[in-house]
Amino acid sequence: MSTDFSKNPIIVEGNKNFKEIDDAVIAPLDRVPDYRFFIALAVTLTLLTIGGISLYISLVSGTGEWGNNNPVGWAWPIVNFVFWVGIGHAGTLISAILFLFRQRWRNGIARFAEAMTIFAVITAMVFPIIHTGRPWVAVVYLLPYPNQHNLWVNFTSPLLWDVFAVSTYFTVSFVFWYVGLIPDFAVLRDRATGKIKKLIYSIFSLGWRFSNRHWKHYEMVYLILAGMATPLVLSVHTIVSFDFAVSIIPGWHTTIFPPYFVAGAIFSGFAMVQNALIIIRKVFDMKDLIPMKTLETMNKIIMLTGLMVGYAYTMEFFIAWYSGSQPESFTFLNRAMGPYSWAYWIMFSCNVFIPQLFWSKKIRTSIIPMFIIGMFVNVGMWFERFVIVVTSLSRDYLPASWAYFKPTIIDFGLLLGSFGLFFTLVLLFVRFLPAISIPEIKAVKEGAQPTHHGGH
Amino acid sequence: MNKKLYALTAIFSEPNDIIRAAEKVSSSGYKNFDVNTPYPVHGMDPAMKLKPSKLGYFTITIGLFFASLFTYFIYWVQTLDYGQVIGGKPMFAWPTYVPILFEVAILTGAVLTVKIMIGFFFKFPNNSHPIHDSEYAKITSSDGFGILIESDDPKFDEDEINSMFAELGSKKINKIYFDESEINHKNNPFDYRFIIGLFIIAGITSATVYFNMNVLMYMTPFNWMAEQERGDVFESSDYASFSKLGMTMREPVEGTVARGFMPYTFGKFEKEEAGKALVNPYAADSTNLELGKRKFLTYCSSCHGDNGLGKSRLKGLYPPGPDLTMDLYKGYNDGILYHIITKGGAIMPAHESQITRKERWAIVNYIRIIQNNITAVEEEDTDTEDDDMWGDDEDSEDSDDDMWGDEGDEEDE
Repeated sequence: MSTDFSKNPIIVEGNKNFKEIDDAVIAPLDRVPDYRFFIALAVTLTLLTIGGISLYISLVSGTGEWGNNNPVGWAWPIVNFVFWVGIGHAGTLISAILFLFRQRWRNGIARFAEAMTIFAVITAMVFPIIHTGRPWVAVVYLLPYPNQHNLWVNFTSPLLWDVFAVSTYFTVSFVFWYVGLIPDFAVLRDRATGKIKKLIYSIFSLGWRFSNRHWKHYEMVYLILAGMATPLVLSVHTIVSFDFAVSIIPGWHTTIFPPYFVAGAIFSGFAMVQNALIIIRKVFDMKDLIPMKTLETMNKIIMLTGLMVGYAYTMEFFIAWYSGSQPESFTFLNRAMGPYSWAYWIMFSCNVFIPQLFWSKKIRTSIIPMFIIGMFVNVGMWFERFVIVVTSLSRDYLPASWAYFKPTIIDFGLLLGSFGLFFTLVLLFVRFLPAISIPEIKAVKEGAQPTHHGGH
Repeated sequence: MNKKLYALTAIFSEPNDIIRAAEKVSSSGYKNFDVNTPYPVHGMDPAMKLKPSKLGYFTITIGLFFASLFTYFIYWVQTLDYGQVIGGKPMFAWPTYVPILFEVAILTGAVLTVKIMIGFFFKFPNNSHPIHDSEYAKITSSDGFGILIESDDPKFDEDEINSMFAELGSKKINKIYFDESEINHKNNPFDYRFIIGLFIIAGITSATVYFNMNVLMYMTPFNWMAEQERGDVFESSDYASFSKLGMTMREPVEGTVARGFMPYTFGKFEKEEAGKALVNPYAADSTNLELGKRKFLTYCSSCHGDNGLGKSRLKGLYPPGPDLTMDLYKGYNDGILYHIITKGGAIMPAHESQITRKERWAIVNYIRIIQNNITAVEEEDTDTEDDDMWGDDEDSEDSDDDMWGDEGDEEDE
């Protein structure tokens, strides 16, 4: 690790010393939160309750409560699944890929982004499991386990690859996140005054004592985990795109899907992290630890990935025409001008046109406009998945079976509930765990590293 | 109170100072020392003369090991245990397994590396280290850079270290003692609390297992397999309205032959004819004789004795079988012996339904070995000359497998 760290942008504003960093990070854990927290929690819990009721109705009377029907069998549960898995990708990008590239500005938001990954994957996993119809026996369909029928899963199926990819992604993200939290728990343990608090933090800190003989291995493991999470995160959305690309439905059967999905995932994920960070920054007063510079950098990445997604949209049209395949050409004309053209143009304008506003420095450094643009991007990316899943299925090769998909109110309830679940977990996380990695942020403070290597 | 010293500590407030201190301590020849800093300080590993961490080797070994293991698992599932052709691909279509194997390598590599680091390298969880709860630990976890030299270091000398720390410019030099309980602590396996704890764990485990296996599996929705709706099917004994005879099971079309079926046209008392028509298609090689011996010991030896000398193990229960080494039986050719095994003898039951064709021929070969070895005088004359039954076929002497072809082997399954 011989990179020169002597010239770094200032990441921690307000010139805090180490003690003040501790205080600022741990503040939300120590004090009773004010009214803003409870208002936010009330909103998310309401959404969660709506989702819970919808889920209850779906489980009691079955998946017929949803809009799914022939020929659109996948519909909203799969749209939501792909959307939420995509959200998770930004977290790993920030915590692992930017770590490998030594982007020091990510230290302030890495922990938070990693937590968002975990919550997004939890939210995402709900949907394919309930989409199996009988989620209480989902393990029977999904995992290879020995049974008296010699009945195994099909290892050649992309849907099974998906099971492995998403569960591995969740586990590795969780381990990565917990390894990062160990020193923070140790800081909390050494500050704790109450007996019960101290006991809890002692258990989770595992007895960490900031020894350099431990830091040596710890940094190596962090590097290894980042190095493994990077190909992992690329593989996960690639495999999610295989769910579509390996089939033969027109509009799905394209080789551009893996990179297109990964770019889209990072795009929507960054928009979601940016939105959540703005809320957290406001609710928990963390303006110094999440400076405007960080948000601006994220906006630049949103704009970049937005352009990549726009390129993919255009390229799909070109290939549909260039391939000379009639169903393929029809599908894309149908997307832009058929019965779902409203969804297509919502997607296109939200994802390609609106992020162009970030070319202006004024817009990408002011909170309200960037928050609104981030929301538009999320709406657009949700509609991207809707367009992919629904338009292709509703009009495939056999015109006799064409049908127009309409969601039910239960579908809407589940979608709202997924937002409720995600943001409830985010709020509770920031309230009860350090949302910023204390050692990482200390390490990039001005004057935190020796001026000469080896100190001679 | 004799307190036991754990270490001498010094705290610095600047990263440059701690690097200098670590270099000084390590170059003075101390071995059991450590540096505690609130975050990893760059350049500390060379200053402490630490070698780079070797954890990466564990990761790659574990990842590759489990990926190969899983490759074999998939191979076993997709070809051996329940082979299926999916999508017209080979049963072992390895390119389609790459995504799964990749995920398995990542999963096992990541999780086990962290486990090894925590359990093996750090010996965690350990919340009773002497420096816990000391002033030193509280400062080094927040804003101080500490160095400590343990009292069991071979060069440990209090005054010398104190003056070295002072010379390096430390403002806080302290001692850390072992806790009283840590010095005198002994694990006692007969402590009543430990034993009660074991009983509680055993009780909870048994209760959980009992509940899961005997109660939970019979509750909705876990009994889904038993509760699954059956289609409106006919039981085998039901009256079937659709069938002419009212039976659910229909007779097969006339002339239907089961797979692997070979007709045996000789009746029980036609052993001479069988002897003329049949010829042993199997050479008496070692695998065939092994098979013959195994089957002989299973099916024949109870009456004919282990060596075929007629020493029945069922004396009094069932008449003993005759001595197979008698001249009468030596005079029988292979076909006749085969016929007797197939259809039975005077009181010997037929073994047609129990022993496959190949096994019967193997038993015949084995009987020949017994006969020739017990009275090693006789020349084996009958079995090689009998092959003229197909008349003009001159090749038949060396082509033992041809006339029965693959069918004979297949029945063996």
